[in-house]
Amino acid sequence: MASLRILYFAWLRERTGHGEEELPLPEGVATLGDLIAFLRTRSAGYAAAFADPRLVRAAVNQEFARPETAIAAGDEVAFFPPITGG
Amino acid sequence: MPRIAVQSETFDPGAEIAALQAAAPQAGAIATFTGVVRSDAAHPIVAMTLEHYPAMTEPAIRRIAAQAEQRFSLLGCTIIHRFGRLLPGDPIVFVATAASHRRAALQATEFLIDWLKTRAPFWKQEHLSDGSAIWVAALAQDEADADRWSSLPPRNDSGS
Repeated sequence: MASLRILYFAWLRERTGHGEEELPLPEGVATLGDLIAFLRTRSAGYAAAFADPRLVRAAVNQEFARPETAIAAGDEVAFFPPITGG
Repeated sequence: MPRIAVQSETFDPGAEIAALQAAAPQAGAIATFTGVVRSDAAHPIVAMTLEHYPAMTEPAIRRIAAQAEQRFSLLGCTIIHRFGRLLPGDPIVFVATAASHRRAALQATEFLIDWLKTRAPFWKQEHLSDGSAIWVAALAQDEADADRWSSLPPRNDSGS
């Protein structure tokens, strides 16, 4: 079964300790919000990374996404802080 | 066809302007913006590292460049964004637009840099003289600057 590919950038990478990881789609996870709730339970580092959801942005398959965005096995999900480009 | 480059190497704004002008010989106006790593007395830094999301960065920039070309009737545009470790004074980002008249070129340049600030997946980390490093926080003003374009009708002006 295909899994999720999850990428973390900037301080989310530092706090989770991962730049990217593969994860089987957890049971009961249907949206990005569900996935965040699941990830927060994994370790203190993950809990710290997702402590303030207002500071976390996400993309699903390289498109900006919202907590209600649906996710499925095979998707690439990225978590990152608000953008500071330019 | 916009020229898009996401690279760690530096770039030469003068050469980019000349190339854009050569590719858009009918242009009556070329506008540019160059963003530079800033270190000043109020906020001294020794270096900056730019991280990005490679799979997303270039397609996202390509889409916005196509949108700008259509919205402002551009005859061409160039967008360069660097990543990696940069020093104060180094150029980070470059936007150049070619149009028939000045207003479209100037507005398109501002539109593109406002968009890049808030929608191109880059994150800046500043390195301070005490060895610490801090991730730059996004500014609400940058978000407001990007948002104001969504309420602005596309303009179709004449005259130079």
